[in-house]
Formats: sequence, C-alpha cells, structure tokens
Amino acid sequence: MVSGVIKVDHLLTKMAADLKTLITARQIDNPMMIGIHTGGVWLAEHLHQQLNIEDPLGTLDISFYRDDFSRVGLNPKVQPSALPSATEDRHVILVDDVIMSGRTIRAAMNELFDYGRPASITLVTLLDLNRRELPIQADVTGDTLHLADDELVKLTGPVPLALEIRKKDNL
Amino acid sequence: MFEQQDPNLIQLNSAGQLKHFLTTEGLSREMLTEILDTADSFVDMSAQQVKKVPLLRGKTVVNLFFEASTRTASTFELAAKRLSADVLNLNIKTSSTSKGETLKDTLMTMEAMHSDMFVVRHSDSGAAHYIASNVTPHVAVINAGDGRHAHPTQAMLDMLTIRQHKGGFEHLTVAIVGDILHSRVARSQIHALRTLGAKEIRVIGPTTLLPRHIEALGVTVYTNMLQGLKDVDVVMMLRLQKERMQSALLPSESEFYTLYGLTEEKLKLTHPDSIVMHPGPINRGVEIETSVADGPKSMILKQVTNGIAVRMAVMSMAMGGQMTEHQAERESE
Repeated sequence: MVSGVIKVDHLLTKMAADLKTLITARQIDNPMMIGIHTGGVWLAEHLHQQLNIEDPLGTLDISFYRDDFSRVGLNPKVQPSALPSATEDRHVILVDDVIMSGRTIRAAMNELFDYGRPASITLVTLLDLNRRELPIQADVTGDTLHLADDELVKLTGPVPLALEIRKKDNL
Repeated sequence: MFEQQDPNLIQLNSAGQLKHFLTTEGLSREMLTEILDTADSFVDMSAQQVKKVPLLRGKTVVNLFFEASTRTASTFELAAKRLSADVLNLNIKTSSTSKGETLKDTLMTMEAMHSDMFVVRHSDSGAAHYIASNVTPHVAVINAGDGRHAHPTQAMLDMLTIRQHKGGFEHLTVAIVGDILHSRVARSQIHALRTLGAKEIRVIGPTTLLPRHIEALGVTVYTNMLQGLKDVDVVMMLRLQKERMQSALLPSESEFYTLYGLTEEKLKLTHPDSIVMHPGPINRGVEIETSVADGPKSMILKQVTNGIAVRMAVMSMAMGGQMTEHQAERESE
C-alpha cells in the first residue's frame, strides 16, 4: 500500500544547485558522475544534464560487492557496471537515491577503487533516512526523512520520478 | 555408472535458486537467462584495474579433476580467483576399480579441509550428481564435465557467445557437427539451445558417431554435412576425440576431414553472417581448416574469455544459493 508520494522535481533542482556550489568550493574541475543502479542512475541522468558534465554518465551495479551476499545470495537482476573511463585521479560524484545504513555506499566505494584510485568522491543522495550503521555521510541530500518502522520508501521512475512511501506488509 | 535422479531435485534450493550446477537439462529459461545476464556483468568487469570481486572471499574452492583438462581447469581456477576464493587444484588419476569408494574417500578428505565448493571433472557419467548427493550440506558442486553426460559450463559459455553475436536464440538455426555420440558438450548444448528457444537444432555426423534416438531430443539429424550446413547461423564444431579412434567408429582422420571437417568451401553454404565455434582444443586439419579456425567468423578465443565469466557466474550463484538456504535454516531454528 502506498501511503504517501513525494515529488522530486524541486528536490532535484535544489540538489543540483547545492552540488554546483560544493564542487566550485572544492575547486573540482571536470568531475566524473556515476549513478548507482537503479534509482541512482535515474537521478544522476538529471543532475548530469543540469550540471553540463562533459564525461558521459557512468553506472555502477554493486551486486558483486554487497556485504549481505551470505544472507541473500546474488541479486538475480545484476546489471553491468559501465564507467566512461578509469577512476584513477578523477573527482567522482557518486549518486544514489536513498542513504540508509551506509552499506550500499561502502560497497560502491569498494567497487570504485577496483577501477583505480579516485582523487575524491562526493556523495549525493536524494533522501537521507537517518539510520546509519556505518560512518558514511552524504555531501548533498535533497531531504531527510524519518520513516516509521513498518514503512519503506521507493523511488519510482524513470519518468516521472517520484518517491513512494509504502507499508512493509504490502510490497 | 552412477544412478541418475531428477537433476533439479538437487541442483536447486527450496527457493528455486541454483545451489549446484550439474546440468543444463531441466533448468528453466529464466534460470539460464539469469546465468547469462550475470556472466555478462562479469565480462564487463574486465574494464576494472583490479579484476577481482569479493563475492567468495574466505571460501575455499577445490578443483577435483579426475580427468585431464587444461583450459577448463585453468579457466575455473581463474574464475574462482577473480571471485576472491582460495583455490586448491587436485588432479587425481582414477583407478579403474572401486571408483565409488575412492571417490567417497577423496570427498571426505576434502570436506575435512573445510571446502565450500567442489568443481568436478570425472570420466564417469553422473559423477557430479553422485558427489552433489553425498557431500555435506552447504558445499556447492559444479560439474566441469562428467563422462558422456554433461558439460554445462561449456554449453553456457557457448550460449553467451551466441547471444552476444546474435542477440537472441529464437530466429537461429544451429548446427552441431562431429562426434555427437561421445560428446557431453553436444548434449548440454542441445538442452540449453532448446530451453532458450532456438528455432532449429541440427546435428551433423557419421551414423557411427550419432547416438540412437537422438531425434527425441528435438534435433534434426544430417549425415551429409553439405545439406546440414545450408543457411545455418551458428556452426558448433566438436573435437574429434582421437582416443575413440581405436574403437573402429571411424575409418581415418583424412576421410573424416573430407566428409565432416569444416573448410572454407563448406562454410560458404552457411548464412553470410554465420559464426563458428569450437570448445577446444582444436585439431587443425581434422575437424576444422586452419583458415576457418583463425578466420573472421571464428569465436574460438572469445569462447575462452566468456568461459571465465560464465564460470564466475555459476560459482557465485551456486555459493549464494547454498548460503541463503542455510541462513534460512538457521533462522528457523
């Protein structure tokens, strides 16, 4: 059951502006943007366009790097990771839809390092669910959300992009 | 020979995930597609500086080869290492007597070393099934070729190569050429091609090297290669197993080459966009002309590369299937 829908357009505009300010402040030139499958890629497509980033958008599937492989096995819908070039010495902007425990981002960073040693990684997420289990924080977030224990949030898309809050029992 | 059972009773876990990989027979189209999709992701991994993923970190994979093999054994080893597993390679000569007992003893020894996966090649059909039904639960078994029965990872790497070049299977006419009778590769290919929906599967070979009643597998039989190759999209050559020559099934190598060797001339009969595959090692001038093996239609080296990706896929899927099953059991206790 969907108990709420959040539109993301205005959040995306805000994130693009915040990100622009941040990369200027950090003096990052020519960054490489990478979206995490699937929601992160949808968001990254928008941000990539709004920031006029030169390099094509990269995509990352972290299935081979997850820390819960021994509990849930391999994701049956694993997609190829495709980076436009090596990450060696590049400033990477990593985009995901939701940051919760921080485990996805840890896995993504492990995978990125297997493509080379990036100069820096900036993390952008649409939502922060504020339930961290690891010391990882986003640099830019659209919004922070506190969910009840029986709720979860899902990004639907790619057109239109929307956040759906659902009750866990009715997936 | 060992007793056979319904393969899916032992190769799938209660959630329908792969937990051993013994044969392509009986697996659903969805499962075969999942293997190919996963393998595709591992193919793309070659862009990484560090060509390794941590999926099987801390796991021990034992390659149990009771029969000689170079490329299968080495690509399995590389696949396991790219999954970050620790690998032990054992080449065990089979004694002709009391195989069952020897096998069981070997298994018990390996299990005492806390192995998590056995990759098994054996000259007896059904050996991998036998091992899968006798190992401690949580150990995954991958069939790397058993007797005349099955060689499922070879078939799946062939399917991956076909899909990469042809996009799908529905419109394809595929010819399998050579010693079908002794070929576990052919059997696994036929099952996989049928499940994936190939339009037509032809087998081409001399009557003495065709199993009786092979039509029952849903293939068209040709003893004349010139007729059989007409307009095919994919030619899958088999290795002529020279060790079978003594058994008088074949007149001579040169006569075999004249009738069933893949030459440039014969290749012209196939579809203009056709591709040529061979599981290796190739006998140049026996099954295949050198210029064909090295020619633009040849996928032979591509197959070797794909072999690593497919083996990584089934190893990680089977290990995952084992672990989730036992996780579920622990939670229900």
